[in-house]
Amino acid sequence: MIEVKNIQKQFGDKTVIEDVSASMETGRCNLIIGASGSGKTVLMKCMVGLLKPDRGEVYYNGTDFTNMDAAQKTQIRKEIGMLFQGSALFDSLNVEQNIMFPLNMFTQDSFATKLKRVNAVLERVNLAGVNKKFPAELSGGMKKRVALARAVVLNPKYLFCDEPNSGLDPQTSLVIDKLIRELTVEYNITTVINTHDMNSVMEIGDYILYMYQGKKEWEGTRKDIIFSKNQLLNDFIFASDFLKDAKDMRMLEETGKIPNERNMDELTRP
Amino acid sequence: MHQCNEIGFGSLGIVAIISVFIGAVSTIQTAYQLVSPLIPISTIAQIVRDTVILEFAPTLVCIVLAGVAGSRIASELGNMRVSEQIDALEIMGINTKAYLILPKIAAALLMIPLLVIIAMVLGIWGGRLAGTAAGIIPANLFDKGLTSEFTPYNVFFALTKSYAFAFIISSIPAFFGYFVRGGALEIGRASTKAVVVSCVLILFADYILSALLL
Repeated sequence: MIEVKNIQKQFGDKTVIEDVSASMETGRCNLIIGASGSGKTVLMKCMVGLLKPDRGEVYYNGTDFTNMDAAQKTQIRKEIGMLFQGSALFDSLNVEQNIMFPLNMFTQDSFATKLKRVNAVLERVNLAGVNKKFPAELSGGMKKRVALARAVVLNPKYLFCDEPNSGLDPQTSLVIDKLIRELTVEYNITTVINTHDMNSVMEIGDYILYMYQGKKEWEGTRKDIIFSKNQLLNDFIFASDFLKDAKDMRMLEETGKIPNERNMDELTRP
Repeated sequence: MHQCNEIGFGSLGIVAIISVFIGAVSTIQTAYQLVSPLIPISTIAQIVRDTVILEFAPTLVCIVLAGVAGSRIASELGNMRVSEQIDALEIMGINTKAYLILPKIAAALLMIPLLVIIAMVLGIWGGRLAGTAAGIIPANLFDKGLTSEFTPYNVFFALTKSYAFAFIISSIPAFFGYFVRGGALEIGRASTKAVVVSCVLILFADYILSALLL
């Protein structure tokens, strides 16, 4: 479980995150959503320790991570896997070496044991047999899956994903979402995902934190979103008419009515 | 080892070409300026030897290396920063400065003095080759001049300079690359800036070391 308490971060005079608190539970996909510049990436960087918050704390299973010394942080970081927006695979290493990298750093296992583990995670992300390929030879979706394999190779307790679907087609995005969800449940990981992909929100959002201009504007589950009356959230999530229609159809399914002023004939016409 | 290969062997070709031509040009230009019949012709070899050892091999070669190896270091680290590879290492709890920069500095300190020694040898050989090919100085006279009044301290001085320059060539570009912010354009700018600053610092250090040690 990860708890964020009253996090505040400023860059110069600009307050990027203001008094954000949240609780992210184990075995669930916890989503941080918000428009570009809303502070979600900064919040994630504060959570993993890439940035130090000006105020507030981050707790990993009740242990205060923010005020730990470097050696203690290293211990926690061994339990963290992170999937970066651009995959962040090491260009000079092939797929096998990329995934083996954390094993080389943190285990004393033999090469054969490490290779077995690499092949197991590669198979888990449906990429068996690409061991010797270099990142430049992979598609965007494959890079994401290799990065995901590297993130989970040490069996982390915490998985952070920064915009896992950016730059991917809808079908590949769904594959990545499905993988993240399966791995979260399978390994009982506390997963935190930074996204503005609405498919992800509706597919895997067990807990959703909506950020607006650096503040926590709303929190809830993907089911709560459908019934939310928060105008800012609705404007963000259901930005297009298509998504508004989808929301209304979902409400119709759930409650048998659409509690707004939209014309139902428009929605139900063939 | 990988860094030694990148910095050392990766730059060997350009260092060899530059050294041979610098030696050759030094011989021709020295001969052009030594018009007095009172000065023995073997003096050309002495002048070429000392010029190459004292200045051309350490300083000129290191300025070229600042361009070749320095820009490579800055752009490699800059690309790693921009593509979040450094963040990925930090998330794993790795001290990225020690992991990424220290091997580059160590490799530069090991390989650049070796390259400078190679440059000295090739520079003098280039001078000998040009001298005999152009009929300026016979090979036996060149060899005679080469061995007369040789000061071993000059080699020590050149190696001292090469260690100082090696540190500049590796640390300055590493700094600019490591702290780059932005995208491809900024990587290019950081790389150019790293080379310019390194070259200026090499010239400055050259002056200071010459004033202190000679």
